[in-house]
Amino acid sequence: MDWQVIIANLPLLMSGLAKSVQLTVVSILFSVPLGCIIAIGRLSHRRWLSGACTAFVNVLRSNPLILILFWFYFLVPLITGRNVNDLTSIIAAFIVFFAAYFAEIVRSGIQSVGARQIQAGLSSGLTYAQTMRHIVLPQAIRAMLPALITQCIVVFQGTTVVYVIGYSELLHTAASIAERTVRPVELYVTVAFIYFIVCYSASRIARHFEKGAA
Amino acid sequence: MRYEFDWGLLWREPYFGWIVEGVLTTFHLALLAWVLALCLGIVIGVLRVTNSRVLRAIGTTYVEIFRNIPLIVQLFLWLYVVPQMLPREFSFWWNRLDNVPYWTAMIGISFYTSARLAEQIRSALRAIPPGQFKAGLSTGLTQVQVYRYVIVPYALRIIIPALTSEFLTVFKNTALALTIGVIEITATTRRIEAWSFRGIEAYTVASLTYIATTILVILFMSWLERRYQIPGLIKRGEARV
Repeated sequence: MDWQVIIANLPLLMSGLAKSVQLTVVSILFSVPLGCIIAIGRLSHRRWLSGACTAFVNVLRSNPLILILFWFYFLVPLITGRNVNDLTSIIAAFIVFFAAYFAEIVRSGIQSVGARQIQAGLSSGLTYAQTMRHIVLPQAIRAMLPALITQCIVVFQGTTVVYVIGYSELLHTAASIAERTVRPVELYVTVAFIYFIVCYSASRIARHFEKGAA
Repeated sequence: MRYEFDWGLLWREPYFGWIVEGVLTTFHLALLAWVLALCLGIVIGVLRVTNSRVLRAIGTTYVEIFRNIPLIVQLFLWLYVVPQMLPREFSFWWNRLDNVPYWTAMIGISFYTSARLAEQIRSALRAIPPGQFKAGLSTGLTQVQVYRYVIVPYALRIIIPALTSEFLTVFKNTALALTIGVIEITATTRRIEAWSFRGIEAYTVASLTYIATTILVILFMSWLERRYQIPGLIKRGEARV
């Protein structure tokens, strides 16, 4: 064991962690709104719309993230007709993939409020949008907050998948240092520890909201 | 978008043989990992509801560790770190095994999944009203009989939906085994793409494998759920308004 290698490479590892976090944040920022749109689409009375949104969610949820990543990696340059950088394909894949999961969370949050409250809101003279804004969403958001945070942890853990493409997030950075210094034990243990600290702290926060909601 | 399709490619050798091999690897890896994860998960899940504080702490630590480290990182730990911690003779024997990445992936996925399963099992056990246990005892059943005839049949039914989704998660997670060199279906189609530049055809095979399996598993499990429904309990989907 030689932990010197970790200290020497700490700045590199931290910049890897920063990239992982960046990727997580960008994915969440775009996939949550997309997920909301799809969730509302699924609850629509228009058959074709709810059918299309349901199909989108089910297809993405039955495929592994790594395969979706390969799909985008292959398709994005083909569709746009030019060489885009890796990061564009990665982010596109993450946004689309996780939107399906967020859509499910939002849908079950909205459904947990119940149709009767919507009916009550409408019959007291509010418009549909007002009912959503003042009655359904405040309750739905409270109900789905723990699941949302847990899903954000899943996104963060999911960024490790990018390793296969060679994008230098935390895991890939560690792997290349491990290869260069021939110190895989120290590096992978350190990386596991970093992921654990981040995910564990975040899961504590989720637990806190769960208790608050109950 | 300019792309010429060549679906016939999938039936030609060597690709066809690769695909069959890849699909089979995905299936038996998923099933083996699933069985091992279920055994581990039941033990840990039961530990987490026992009365002993020490056992509960062990269960909690296990779950937190395996849940909060990404699966790929765990696979790397099993592949690069764990063999070095073990006695020399054992790691010699291990490294001489035929398909080390495959067995490593199986162990890694099992442990990762068992932590998630333990949580599901714990919440299923807690969902059973304690009155059921007392009622069983007071009708003269022994503790073992209460478990055998009341608690376990009840818990199994409660847990079916969670087990379904966990199995599908294991099934998808086998794709991550490609990071340590297991050639399952996703890795196979990636290889076909690299050889032939036919990404759409190749990835379609992998996606269809996952989608078809998901549909079959869901159909089977909802049949199972209906078949063993306890009259009077809330059915899935009925709780919705």
